[in-house]
Amino acid sequence: MGIDFLIAAIITVVGLSTPILLAGLGELVVEKSGVLNLGVEGMMLVGAISGFAVTVYTFNPWFGVLGAAAGGALASLIFAVLVLQLNSNQVATGLALTIFGTGISSLMGLSFTGRIVMPFASVFPDALAKHEYLRLIFGHSPLVYFALIMVPLTTWFLKSTRAGLILRAVGENDLSAHSIGYSVIKVRYAAIAFGGAMAGIGGCYFSMVITPMWAEKMTAGRGWIALALVVFAGWRTGRLLTGAYFFGILMALELYAKASGFSFLPSQFWAAMPYAMTVVALSFISSRGTAGANAPACLGKPFLPST
Amino acid sequence: MRLKLEKRRAPSLAMLVATPIASVILTMLIGIVVFDLLGINGFEAVVDIFLSPLLYSYKWQDVALKAAPLIIIALGLSMGNRAQVWNIGAEGQYVIGALCCAGVGIAFGQTGGFLVVVLMIAAGIVGGGLWAAVPAWLRTRFNVNEILSSLMLTYISFQVLGYLVGGPWKDPNGRNFPATAPLADSQTLPVWPESTVHLGVLVALILPFVFWVIMARSEFGYQVRVVGSSATAARHGGFDSKRTIWATMIIGGAMAGLAGGLEFAGVLHKMDLGFPSGYGFTAIIVAFLGRLNPFGCLIAGIVLAVTYVGGQMAQTSVHIPNSTAGIFQAMMLFFILASDILVRYRIRLIPSTKAAGV
Repeated sequence: MGIDFLIAAIITVVGLSTPILLAGLGELVVEKSGVLNLGVEGMMLVGAISGFAVTVYTFNPWFGVLGAAAGGALASLIFAVLVLQLNSNQVATGLALTIFGTGISSLMGLSFTGRIVMPFASVFPDALAKHEYLRLIFGHSPLVYFALIMVPLTTWFLKSTRAGLILRAVGENDLSAHSIGYSVIKVRYAAIAFGGAMAGIGGCYFSMVITPMWAEKMTAGRGWIALALVVFAGWRTGRLLTGAYFFGILMALELYAKASGFSFLPSQFWAAMPYAMTVVALSFISSRGTAGANAPACLGKPFLPST
Repeated sequence: MRLKLEKRRAPSLAMLVATPIASVILTMLIGIVVFDLLGINGFEAVVDIFLSPLLYSYKWQDVALKAAPLIIIALGLSMGNRAQVWNIGAEGQYVIGALCCAGVGIAFGQTGGFLVVVLMIAAGIVGGGLWAAVPAWLRTRFNVNEILSSLMLTYISFQVLGYLVGGPWKDPNGRNFPATAPLADSQTLPVWPESTVHLGVLVALILPFVFWVIMARSEFGYQVRVVGSSATAARHGGFDSKRTIWATMIIGGAMAGLAGGLEFAGVLHKMDLGFPSGYGFTAIIVAFLGRLNPFGCLIAGIVLAVTYVGGQMAQTSVHIPNSTAGIFQAMMLFFILASDILVRYRIRLIPSTKAAGV
């Protein structure tokens, strides 16, 4: 196993973990505001097709990213209206959003199947991005750097800004936050839209970076893994990053096992691995009870002020 | 003037019945508008999806075949949802149930007959139940969220299916295609003469009565409802919520497994990678559209089956993709969830105080 292989493997792992990191960061903020949006998978698919479509028309992947964010956020607003305005059941509404996102994305994607888009230009000059060793640091897709920047930004926002403090207060005790005069509904709208935008960008990583093509249901359950990742991380941004790389390694194992013809175990075993390990990881985290202690107190509960 | 929400003391029965119907009608109306905007003849598409399968009698058996698994799965899921247990992995339990059913069939080779078929279906029920027991165990033992675990198990079940039909169970005469050999005729479910309607449809018609009796008349049904409405009340009443989680998860899985077995032994007769058809997910919509009521599930199952069959018809007539039916199904669920507020609250128009003063 040469150093070349190791570098290529690390780049693969980082790439595979990026979409769940992006979607997970978004969902973490949503859940910190006290809302559980199970529609991540649906929003990712909407993001994947909107990003792809915008790139096809504008020939600019950066507009595509904006389009993906807008698509994901728009999809999340359906959820927001139902859950915040009409107090509908969050679990069922999130599921509905996933079913809706799956359907609408394949309808939107009809005229885009079989087309390919221009990939992102490298952020760094070729001397760095294609360098034998330095590509380990400089050779990633721009979205990888975006995701990595978003980790400390989100941490800073939640921990050190006034808005972040209000958001957490709303998630911990919506009635108290309401009584001191903060608009619970507005804060949650913003959080849900942010979650949708991040899921959308995570989704477009599939259609614009991993395979620069659109295919139905191409996110293949990664939205659900992102949801599990938030629980796994105990609602902490730092651990979310670690968790995302952990799952990235598992997903890369599948690719490498297939490529190297690891035949003592069937390929399906490796394909099932990330999902199985998610369950195992959740069991460890959930049983210790420390993760639960960090969960926002109002998570998933409707906001019902007495007046 | 402003709107005021007043909590009802008991859910409004009229609204419980009226809102699902209104949701379906609203979905149709919005569907017409949306499809016209997309440049497709909306009226024709909606008529095709929602009405054509009912108007042409030769489509009725298709509707019945699609409704049967939806109803059976939804019955199990609605019991869990009543207890606030969220099993969303019914699709996986459906696949595992069918695989267990197929496994028994394969083990008996060409031997068939009544007993073998009963054993096959029983294996489906047990398989689905056991697959659902995993999230139940994880939830009660490790406090793992059953939504995520049951869904992860669904993705794992697809890999189990892929492994079995592509490996040990592959039909040796199947040109290397990943599928099992077709069942011997003596191992398939009895079928109504000169139709494709199998015994499972009858099962789907009988089960709602069984579930109604359990939910409305038995102590277990009462326990499920109490645990669902308030965990603290359940504790005071001496009900064990863990037991309810186990029971409702396993019943949900068993029903999905039953549906999988019936679909395999009654319709498809062989397993391949196309077996997961999304019934397990659509059944969630059926359960909600049916207001978690057994007879509601029966009717809602038929409605959703109509959209499945209609979606396929519209594919050829107005050339809209198959996924369109999924959009309509999701829209119905959105509307039904949105209208929940009408069931629990009364909306009052209140004249604003200023206007009253003048």
